[in-house]
Amino acid sequence: MKTWIAFANILMKDMRNYYLKPPNISWGLIFPVAWTLMFFLRSPVAVEVRDLLPGVISLSILFGTTSMLAVTITFERKSRSFERLLLAPISLNLLMLAKTSGAIIFGMVNAFIPVVFAAFLTSLQGINWLMVLTSVIFIAITSTFLGLFIAVSVSQVFEAQTFSNFFRFPMIFLCGLFIPLQDLPVFLQPLSYALPLTYGADILKTAVNDNGIIPVPLSFLVLLAFSALLFAYSIYNVNRKWIS
Amino acid sequence: MKIIEAENLKKDYNGFSAVKGVNFHINRGEIFGFLGPNGAGKTTTINMLTGLARISGGRVKLLGEDYTRNHKKAQAMMGIVPDESNLYEELNGWENLCFCGALYGMERDRREKRARELLEQFGLEDASSKPFKAYSKGMKRKLTIAAGIIHEPEILFLDEPTTGIDVAFARQIRNLIVDLHDRGTTIFLTTHYIEEAERLCERLAFIVEGEIVREGTVEELMREAQGENIVNFTLGGDFNEVKKEFKAVFPDYGYRIGRDSVISVHSPEAFSLLPLVQFFEERGLPVYEAKIARPSLEEVFVKVTGIELKKMQNQKEGRG
Ligand SMILES: Nc1ncnc2c1ncn2[C@@H]1O[C@H](COP(=O)(O)OP(=O)(O)O)[C@@H](O)[C@H]1O
Ligand SMILES: [Mg+2]
Repeated sequence: MKTWIAFANILMKDMRNYYLKPPNISWGLIFPVAWTLMFFLRSPVAVEVRDLLPGVISLSILFGTTSMLAVTITFERKSRSFERLLLAPISLNLLMLAKTSGAIIFGMVNAFIPVVFAAFLTSLQGINWLMVLTSVIFIAITSTFLGLFIAVSVSQVFEAQTFSNFFRFPMIFLCGLFIPLQDLPVFLQPLSYALPLTYGADILKTAVNDNGIIPVPLSFLVLLAFSALLFAYSIYNVNRKWIS
Repeated sequence: MKIIEAENLKKDYNGFSAVKGVNFHINRGEIFGFLGPNGAGKTTTINMLTGLARISGGRVKLLGEDYTRNHKKAQAMMGIVPDESNLYEELNGWENLCFCGALYGMERDRREKRARELLEQFGLEDASSKPFKAYSKGMKRKLTIAAGIIHEPEILFLDEPTTGIDVAFARQIRNLIVDLHDRGTTIFLTTHYIEEAERLCERLAFIVEGEIVREGTVEELMREAQGENIVNFTLGGDFNEVKKEFKAVFPDYGYRIGRDSVISVHSPEAFSLLPLVQFFEERGLPVYEAKIARPSLEEVFVKVTGIELKKMQNQKEGRG
C-alpha cells in the first residue's frame, strides 16, 4: 500500500511534469505525425497505406518512448533530484518501473496516432485489433526499456539523444519496417534478427495485413526476453554506477 | 540508546581511500556533528549511511540492526538534506513537499497537512506556489530541510546546512535545527564552521582526510585541550604591590600580568575562587570581574588537527 503511493505519485508527477507539458507533448507527437505524413501522403494507393501502417506504428512508439526517458531519467539524474528517488524507501525495481510506466503509456498513445491518420485514408477492415493492442503494449515496453538502457548508460541528456539515434535510425532500415527482411542484403539479415523492433513490427504486420514472416508467439517471446534483459541490465547499471 | 552505529566504515574510490575505517555512533535524540575541512569525507560518510554510496568495508547499524547490505528498510526512518538542494525545479514549494511525502508512503491527507504545517513553520507560505527555481538560495535550503522532515523521520542527516547561505538565513536555519532537536529528532550534521559545531552539537567528531581524529561531547573535547585552568581577574588597583605576598600565600599558582589591570592566574589543578577574591579584597584591590578562561573549540580543533582555521574557510570559499 505504502509503496503503491510512492509508485503512483512518481508516475503522476512525471505525467504532469513531462508528458503533458506542451513542448514535450509536441515533441512526442512530432515523430508519429511526421512519419505518418511522410509515408502516407506520398502513397496515393490505399493498399500501400495499410502496408506502411505497421512500420509507422512501430516507429512512433520507438521515438516517443526513447525521447522521453532521456528527459525523465538522464535530466533528473543530472539535476540530482534522482537521488531523492534512490533515497526513498522503495525498491530499485519498483522505482524504475514507476519511472518507465509513463513512457510506456506515452508510447501506446503515440502508436494510435498513425492509426487515426490511416483511418481517413483507407479502410481498416479485417485488422486483428486485439493483436495490434497486445503488440503495441509489448513494443512500448521493449522500446521504453531500450530507452532506459540508454538513459542509464550515459550521463548527459545530449548523449542520451545521440546514443538513442545510434539505435533508432538503423532500426528504420533493418527492422523490416519499410524494406522487407528478405529483401535486405544477406549479411545484414542477422543484424535485423538481433533487433527487438523487427519482432514487434512483424507481429503488427500479421495483425494488420496477415503478412508477417515470424511466428507470432515466438515474436512475443523474443520481445519479452528483450524487455527482461534490458530492464535487468539497466537496474544492474544503476546499482553499479549511480550508487557508487 | 544508540540509533546509528558505524563500525570501521570505509570508502574507496578506485584505490583512493576517502573514508578510512571510521567508528562512531549517534545517540537517540542528540545532535551529533562531523566537523572537518572540505574533502575530509563528511558527505561520503553520509552517503554510506543513507544508501547513496556503496560501503567498501565495515558495517552500519540502525537501532542495533545491521543494514550494510540493504538500506531500504532503514531509509524509511531517515530524512536526508543534501549539501545542495535537489528538489524539482519546475514544481512549486507545496508540490515538492507533497511529492516527497508521497515517496515515503504518506497518505494524501497526512502529507498535505504536514506540508501546510512545514511551510508555515519555515516561513515559506508566500513562496508555496512559486516554482522552486525561483527561490533564493536560503529559501531553497529551507524547503529542502522541510522536504527532509515531512515524513517525520527518526533521524535527520544535514550535510553542511548553512554553507553558502547568507547570515540571516543561516541563523533561521540554525534555529530550525534547534527546534527540531527540541521536538526529539535525532540529528547528524556535518559542517566546516567550528562555531556552528560548537553552538549546535552535543557530541562531535573531528574528521580529517577520512579519519576521525577526536570524538566526544563538546565539554570533553574542551577539557582535553585545556592544559591548565586559568582565571582572569580585573582588579581596581596595582597588582605589583601585592606580588610578593601572593607568591607566599599561593605558592602553587602562577600568574601573568596583562593589560588594563587584568591578571591571569593559572594552575594545573582546579581553582577555588573565594580565597583569591578574599586575598585581593583584604589588600584593598577590589575585584571587578573574575572570568574563567576556557579554551574555545577553535583552539581545540587547531591543536588536535593542526589545521588552521583560515585554511578551512578558504578551501570552502575557493570551491564555489
Ligand atoms: N565519486 C567520487 N569519486 C572519486 N572520489 C570522490 C568521489 N566522491 C568524493 N570523492 C573524494 O573523496 C574525498 C571526500 O569527499 P567528501 O566526502 O565529499 O568530503 P567532504 O564532504 O568532507 O567535503 C574527497 O577527496 C573527494 O575528492
Ligand atoms: Mg561535503
